Amino acid sequence: MNIHEYQGKELLRRYGVTVLEGHVAETPDAAEAAARKLPGPIYVVKSQIHAGGRGAGRFVDDPNGKGGVRLAKSPEEAKAAAAAMLNHVLVTKQTGPEGKLVRRVYVEAGCDIARELYLAFLLDRDVGRVAIMASTEGGMEIEEVAEHHPEKILKVHVDPATGVQGWHARKLAFGLGLEGKQVGAFVKFVTALYGAYVELDCAIVEINPLVVTKGGDVVALDAKVSFDDSALYRHKDLEALRDDHEMDPKELDAVQNDLNYVALDGEIGCMVNGAGLAMATMDIIKLYGSSPANFLDVGGTANAARVTEAFRIITSDTNVKGILVNIFGGIAKCDMIATGIVEASKNLSLKVPLVVRLEGTNVELGKKILAESGLAIIPADNLADAAQKAVAAVKGA
Amino acid sequence: MAVLINANTRVMTQGFTGAQGTFHASQGIAYGSTYVGGVTPGKGGTMHPELNLPVFNTVAECVAATGANASVIYVPAPFAADSILEAIDAEIPLIICITEGIPVLDMVKVKRALSTSKSRLVGPNCPGVITPDACKIGIMPGHIHRRGSVGIVSRSGTLTYEAVAQTTAAGLGQSTCVGIGGDPVKGMDFIDVLELFLKDDETKSIIMIGEIGGQSEVQAAEYLARENFGPGKPNKPVVGFIAGATAPPGRRMGHAGAVISGGQDTAVAKMAAMAAVGIHIADSPSALGSTMVKALKA
Repeated sequence: MNIHEYQGKELLRRYGVTVLEGHVAETPDAAEAAARKLPGPIYVVKSQIHAGGRGAGRFVDDPNGKGGVRLAKSPEEAKAAAAAMLNHVLVTKQTGPEGKLVRRVYVEAGCDIARELYLAFLLDRDVGRVAIMASTEGGMEIEEVAEHHPEKILKVHVDPATGVQGWHARKLAFGLGLEGKQVGAFVKFVTALYGAYVELDCAIVEINPLVVTKGGDVVALDAKVSFDDSALYRHKDLEALRDDHEMDPKELDAVQNDLNYVALDGEIGCMVNGAGLAMATMDIIKLYGSSPANFLDVGGTANAARVTEAFRIITSDTNVKGILVNIFGGIAKCDMIATGIVEASKNLSLKVPLVVRLEGTNVELGKKILAESGLAIIPADNLADAAQKAVAAVKGA
Repeated sequence: MAVLINANTRVMTQGFTGAQGTFHASQGIAYGSTYVGGVTPGKGGTMHPELNLPVFNTVAECVAATGANASVIYVPAPFAADSILEAIDAEIPLIICITEGIPVLDMVKVKRALSTSKSRLVGPNCPGVITPDACKIGIMPGHIHRRGSVGIVSRSGTLTYEAVAQTTAAGLGQSTCVGIGGDPVKGMDFIDVLELFLKDDETKSIIMIGEIGGQSEVQAAEYLARENFGPGKPNKPVVGFIAGATAPPGRRMGHAGAVISGGQDTAVAKMAAMAAVGIHIADSPSALGSTMVKALKA
């Protein structure tokens, strides 16, 4: 789960991570009031969307204007900057061409920047440990640094038995060329951030840039925070930070119905059991010349109600010209799925061709239920057959 | 001979009296495997009401009383890491965790504990392990398997069933099928299982099924280049498939570990790395069996 910068900074502040004072605003007037609470004379107004590259991004209705992060020299200027952002669509490198609507801005105090660095905490899956990555190339995308200057990325791994130690942070600090008071400030920053990362079950915390001020302080100028979805059950308070507007409405619907769904831009809707088979089904649709409209893992405990919800979400996508159901029953039982398909087809009065491939547990019973339903279901014998029939059905439509 | 489990494996279940533990233990028993008992804390000293096998409060007690040498875990995600750690402490040689959705940082701790332990872990978030006609531990449908010569290792459950059905239909059958699971931090990885398959006489060929995300398929390809292919090496034919060629970058595709991040972990990049060392790539998930048949004739 991703959250906004202002939410991430508020959380990190609670764990002792140094961030600048700032306030969130939903109207230009509120932005001006927010600025008045800050010391000045420089204010930074930042668009709050779940995407990076905001500063270099441009608003759809003002493509030659300024970006999604602007400096202001007075509360009045902060108000004007907020007015130019709020309820306007911002396009960045990460939003795609459609961009994202800015619903909030964060008004933050300015600071005297001496150096811009990069710092991130994330899981290194190859090692099975939390990795702390740092680089002197603050403000740049880390993927670009990794590609062109891999030697500029420093990395340490933390043993979960000991947690973060001073040496982890010192090794990075000296590698970044910090000196004097800066080293101590960096060690304190890294230690606090590790505490937040572990206690909140974060997936990624990226501080880009991490700023060293002229006074020798170490401050998070930006904060991208995301959480391990599997651990949200033990952080009920974090659920409140979810911004439904940032999600595809079909995906939000799926989350609320406990279905694993990812919207894509193709024409064949897919309902499959198992994540690997669901991806493979998408792949084989492409192989036979069409494209998948979605990823959907209906799971092992699929029953009629779940199948109906899955069909409803799939068909709410107006690009869907046909549906391919691919079930290899292990825990999932083909007869239960078949019953679900029949009920869903009737309840939703399905208008697009439906290809169904059933295999595994209770397959004969499942096929019988489909055959006796009287519905115009196209049965398939195996994965290749199913994909070919689905592609033929949408191409013929 | 098969790998990891055989007719002599004595299986215990953690989360024994729960719905999942009960159902899948009964299926394993019906398949002919030896299930010896299990653990449900608080119900120690009783008999499982449906399976007529002893229930214990702790793994250590269960091992001492039954001689269990493999434990399968169906405990819900919030408590699953605790269960794995208890099994590690009891020095069970093989731990198989089916549970999906264990917090990643819990698995980081488990991985640390495994590194100094006497146990192997398969999973979590996996279908389990089966040696056909000998022992079934997990949630896979037993009837699609036939004892034979193909070793299967996979990050995906249902895609493993696909490989099983296709190799059964091709008349090859399976030596052992190992579902290593879809999580980013897990127990045995491709290389650990491949090492066993290369040493196993009954395993004449191997199917490995990967996914987008991570580097373990690429590392496995490098391992096979070193240890399998070349003069004086086993040279067992290997067929590979990577799911997720059509997955968009940055999105989690069901499995917690199935996320493209960076560009070296796409399906295309992995299949290229595997093909480069001599692994036969199935161009379609429906061609796993036929690609193996061709590879064996080559």
